[in-house]
Amino acid sequence: MTGTVNILYFAALREQLGREGQQVILSSNTMPVATLVQELRQHDAKLDEVFAATPRIRVAINQKLGGFDTCVQPGDELAFFPPMTGG
Amino acid sequence: MSVRVLVQQAAFDTGAETARLSSLSEQVGGMGLFIGQVRGGDGLLSLTLEHYPGMTETILHQLAQEAMQRFNLLGCTLIHRVGRLEVGAPIVLVGTAAAHRGAALSATSFLIDRLKTGAPFWKKEEFANGHTAWVDAREEDEHAAAAWMHTAPSSS
Repeated sequence: MTGTVNILYFAALREQLGREGQQVILSSNTMPVATLVQELRQHDAKLDEVFAATPRIRVAINQKLGGFDTCVQPGDELAFFPPMTGG
Repeated sequence: MSVRVLVQQAAFDTGAETARLSSLSEQVGGMGLFIGQVRGGDGLLSLTLEHYPGMTETILHQLAQEAMQRFNLLGCTLIHRVGRLEVGAPIVLVGTAAAHRGAALSATSFLIDRLKTGAPFWKKEEFANGHTAWVDAREEDEHAAAAWMHTAPSSS
């Protein structure tokens, strides 16, 4: 079974990409975030450019901080953002 | 409710927040309070704070619960503002109530240190000359947050 994941971008990433997010269809049932990012970058020159230029991108899966080795599944909410600067 | 977490655009009422903490229990012997505000300089006009709705509240609640247990608090308050805030405007309030000062003060440091790099907020600077820039994460902030991972829980 394949399905979509909902991707969100925040802060500098959102601005540079010019979008708040996107829906993507997973090419397999489950895959690490790194694999998904690699596939997206291959098909999206803008995303490739922005991800290449942004050091230390963080990822959250279903609103929980994760790593690029965390696996995503259809229905997941994925978010990419720069290091956090609250307070 | 001894834990109070708010993410809002509006300013907060520091007096009302300390009054709430003060009256939580007769066991309260001291309160810790930290207020962060927009620091001026270099022609800075404002900061705009962006966050990840939903995740922000979850993380702040988790941090608050961790502080409650780790420092044996009687209550704590985390209020973080979002949106455009001008120089001098308050950004964040961290308040803690405990039986003794040590726990209240340590818990306040713990909460602000962990919040700065662990909750999904981002700051964008706006300068008088029209220039804007996203604030970079500071290494010392990350070290301050990490230091709490290595320290033994408070025994008080």
